[in-house]
This record gives sequence, structure tokens and C-alpha cells, in this order.
Amino acid sequence: MQAISPVARPSNLARTLRKMGVKGVIIEIVKYVILLTLALSFVLPFFWMVTSALKDDPQVYTIPPVWIPSPAHWNNFWEAWHVRPFTAFSINTIFRYAIPATLGTVLSSAVVAYGFSRVRWPGRDVLFFICIMTMMVPFFVLMVPLFVIFKQLGWINSYRPLVVPAFFGNAFNIFLLRQFFLTIPEELSDAARIDGCNEFGILWRIILPLAKPALAVVALFAFIGAWNDYLGPLIYINKVSMFPVALGISELQRSVSDTGAVANMYPYLMSASTIITVPIVIFFFFAQRTFIEGIALTGMKA
Amino acid sequence: MSVVISKAIPNALPKRHFKLSTQTRSLLVGLAFVSPWIIGFLTWTIYPLLSSLYFSLHNYDLLRPPVFIGLDNYVQFFTDKAHTPTVVYNTLYYVLLAAPLGVVSAFLLATLLNTKIVGRSFFRAIFFFPAIVPAMVVAFIWRFLLNVQYGAINGALQGMSLSPIPFLSNPELAKPSLILINMWAQGNAMLIFLATLQDVPRSLYEAAIVDGANAWDKFWHITIPMCTPVILFNLIMAFIGGFQNFTLPWLLTTGGPNQATEFFTIYLYRNAFMYLRMGFASAMAWMLFFVIVVITVIMLKTSARWVFYGSEAY
Repeated sequence: MQAISPVARPSNLARTLRKMGVKGVIIEIVKYVILLTLALSFVLPFFWMVTSALKDDPQVYTIPPVWIPSPAHWNNFWEAWHVRPFTAFSINTIFRYAIPATLGTVLSSAVVAYGFSRVRWPGRDVLFFICIMTMMVPFFVLMVPLFVIFKQLGWINSYRPLVVPAFFGNAFNIFLLRQFFLTIPEELSDAARIDGCNEFGILWRIILPLAKPALAVVALFAFIGAWNDYLGPLIYINKVSMFPVALGISELQRSVSDTGAVANMYPYLMSASTIITVPIVIFFFFAQRTFIEGIALTGMKA
Repeated sequence: MSVVISKAIPNALPKRHFKLSTQTRSLLVGLAFVSPWIIGFLTWTIYPLLSSLYFSLHNYDLLRPPVFIGLDNYVQFFTDKAHTPTVVYNTLYYVLLAAPLGVVSAFLLATLLNTKIVGRSFFRAIFFFPAIVPAMVVAFIWRFLLNVQYGAINGALQGMSLSPIPFLSNPELAKPSLILINMWAQGNAMLIFLATLQDVPRSLYEAAIVDGANAWDKFWHITIPMCTPVILFNLIMAFIGGFQNFTLPWLLTTGGPNQATEFFTIYLYRNAFMYLRMGFASAMAWMLFFVIVVITVIMLKTSARWVFYGSEAY
């Protein structure tokens, strides 16, 4: 947009402005005012989180609230991390939940998606339709029986109820990968078949390497889904030593709302929230394209 | 194409007694690939669905074996004057407002991003961001931000010598506050809309300009009709998600104040895991399922009237 580009020479700027006319200029200004106001309303809550993380109790309970505390208590981050065993919580989340669940989701969804897209067999499309329909089943219908099943299996207070089902494919990801697999030319598979490659070999050597962008989307969503998951652990895990960060933080919050709260609980809560948001920000920063294309892909075949 | 090649092979080979027909072979290969899903579907969906139906007809508290009570759980739900009306009212109030308003918010944000702007990817990232932040972080931030005494928003209001607004502590305002937060966290729907908007053929707009259409005409007669399939998709997802909204109200208000945010899912969760009324919770879950299916079907059936399938992309 030349009109606001700072490098535009004055004469160019004048010409563009004249071309836009008074009405056009006003529309442009209104548009940017709206954009910036909206952007502010999206950014300020997070800004509030970060600055509140740097406060101490008197600064939290100041009326009217201060936005930027002085002095800033940077050691809140360190203290918040240790007021509850957050190192252990994050190890639980990453190694017991997120990584195995991501691995399971990607592998199983890819294998199943292959069967639903690259092999022709009678009844395939009916089964695929059923698979898509399962997305409509609310989790709350399955919640009670699944809890009973996992309790009978003795899996409560472990991550197995959250990880093992991931190895059986997930309808949404199967759908996503199938759509992607369908775009890969059939000639590649045929060439491999002529060379004596079996179906699994075709999936492993040809389809998967070509589907890396789609696999990245699935992996990213699976990992973030596990990192952000609250309801799953809430149901299956009640032993504090097994808590993921999500439950650790909500446990910290409970002590904020309780009477006789521990000192600095609000700042600690905000510090811990900041720390668990940072990995997401980093992921997002490096994989913005993957995120955006992945989500756009889900809406395409609506 | 695979058929052609695999057909060629049995002809070339001498006939063997145990040789499977091509059809059977491809069926077996296909089933082998989708078998993880089939096993998972039977174990983690069909079996739980059936046993949920079974529990819903029983009195079950996890400790003692289930006792058959027929439709009593359902009857109990409909005759409980103390909770049911509140829970149903809250849920409908929330879903009927939050779902359409969320879609409108997502659509307007996407439309704004789709205009010529400097730093589009920057704004896009900012608008999307709340959608990937953990729900509990969103809940904590807003809980603090909206606090009557110490929250930043009321601080600003007091700074302008206005009286503070008890967003989350007033039963009248708690649901509207949740609906506003929902409008704020629309990143996914927004990105889906943005991708759709970018796919609208330019030629349509050019033709409209030739016909003397202004910006509003273009928006109303081209942009919106071209987006209706995706509006329908996002609306259905918003309704399904709205009925199952749990984490945010649970962590923000836990059903309060004075039961103003006691939604269906929260009440269901309480019954299941706090009162251990597993049978009753299962009955509630089936009613939820039923309502979701009915609403989805109604929306799909009535969609022919307003959804425009003009483009081959759909």
C-alpha cells in the first residue's frame, strides 16, 4: 500500500492521495483506527499477563491497577516455577503425554488415511463416512464409560487413557491427511508397484516423504492439543506428582481463590501462565505458515 | 489404475488354488490399513456409546454394581425444577448468542484482514493468537482482567470516574462476558474464512465494477454468497462447540455466580465426578448428543435456502 508507506516520496504520496480522494483517505484512516484498536484488544490481555507476572502483592492490590510495576519482580518467574513442582509437571506433559500422543496420532492417522485414499476396496467410502461422522459424537457421551473402562484397566493416574487411544487414529486427522494424500499423483504409486514395492512400502517411501507438510500440521496440532489439554487430565489424573502443567496451574489458581491465600499468588499465577505460553509462542513464530495453512485446509472441504 | 496392474499379474502367473481374487486382495489390504481405526472405533467409540446408553438406564455410582431403573434418570432430569430449568436456560442463552456472534466476529476479522493493509501477516498473527493459547491461561487472564476491584478494565473505568462493572461476579453479566471472550478467541474460524475470501475469483468483482457496483454491493452480493458454505460449516462447528463449552466457564466462574454459568456440561461433569451419579450423567450426555444431532440436521436441511454452492471448489 503506497499511501502509507514511509519510503514513498512526497510527490508520489501526494499523487496517490489525490487519486484516492478525500473519501478514500477517510476510509483508509478509519480502517487503520479499527485495525489498531482491535489489535490492541488482542494484545493488551497478554501484556497484562506479563506485567502482572512482575508485580508483588501490594502492586496487585493497588487501586487503580498499575500496568507497569516498578520495581519489576523478575524473580517471580523463578519462584512461581518452584512454588509448585512445575519442572516435574512439564516433564509429565512433554514426555508422558505430548510426545507419545503426537507420535501415535501421526503414525496411526497416516496409515489409516492411506487405506482410505490410496487403496481401492469395496466398502471404503461407507467406512470413511462413518469415520467422519464420529467427529459429531460429543466427548461428554464417551466420558463416563471411558472413565469406567480405564478405571477397570487400572489406568487412572497414568497417561495411558490419553496416549493409547491416540494410536488408533483420530477422525479429524485421518480426514486431513486423506485430503492431502488424494492430491498425490497415482502414477507414483503405480511406478512403485511395478518395481515390486508393496503398499506399506509405497506409504513409507513415497507418500509420507511427499506429505511432510500435512504431517507437520497434524503433529503440531497434536502436540499443542496435548500441551493445552485440561479436561482429559482433569478426569484421569488426580495424583499431584502425575499432574501436567495444565492441572498444576489450575491447582495454583485454586489456592488464589481460597481464603488465606499464599503471598504473591496472583503474580505467580501470571508468571506460570506466561511460562507455559512461551513454548506456544515460539512454536507459532517458527511454524506460522504450517498453522495457518493447516487450519485453512480444514475448512476447505466443508 | 491399481486395478489394471494387479489384474495383469494373476494372468501372467500360473493359476494357483489359494490365489485370492483381486477384489478380495484389495479388500484385505484396505482393511489392514484402516484396521487401527476400526479397532479404535469399536473400543473407544462404539463400546463406550453402548455402555453409556446402558448406564443411562441404571443407577450407578462406580462403587456398587449398576441397578436398572428404566428411564428414571431421564424423568429425573425433566422433573428436577431446582436445576434443570437453570441449566437449560443458561446453555441455550450461551449457545444461541455465542455461536452466531462468534461466527460474525470471525467473519468480520477475516474481511478486515482481506482488505489491502500494511502488515497483514502481523495482524493476522495477533488476531489468531488467542486460539492457540491454553484455555486455562485465557481463563486466568480474563479472570484477573475483569476483576471488579483489581482488574485492569475496571481500573480504567474508575480512572475515567465511571463505576466499575462486575463482569464475572454479577449473574446478569457473567454470560455476556463469556460470550465476549468467545468472540475474542475466534482464530480458527477466522483463518478458515480468510482462506475462503482469498479464493473468491477476482473476475466476479471486476464484472461487478463494470456493472457499477459499489463496495457495499460487492460485499453483500458477492463476498457473502461466496462464503455461505463456509459460514454454514463454521456455524455448525460453533454450535457443536458451544454446547460442549467446558474449560473456560469451569475455570472462570465454575458455574457461578448464583448458577448463572452452570452450563449443561458443567452440571454433567459435577454429576459424574463430584456426586458420582454416573447413570444420571450418562442420560444427560445422551440428551446432549440428541440435541446436537437434531440441530446439525436442521441446519443442514435448511441450509439449501441460504447457502450458495456456485463455485466448483465446494
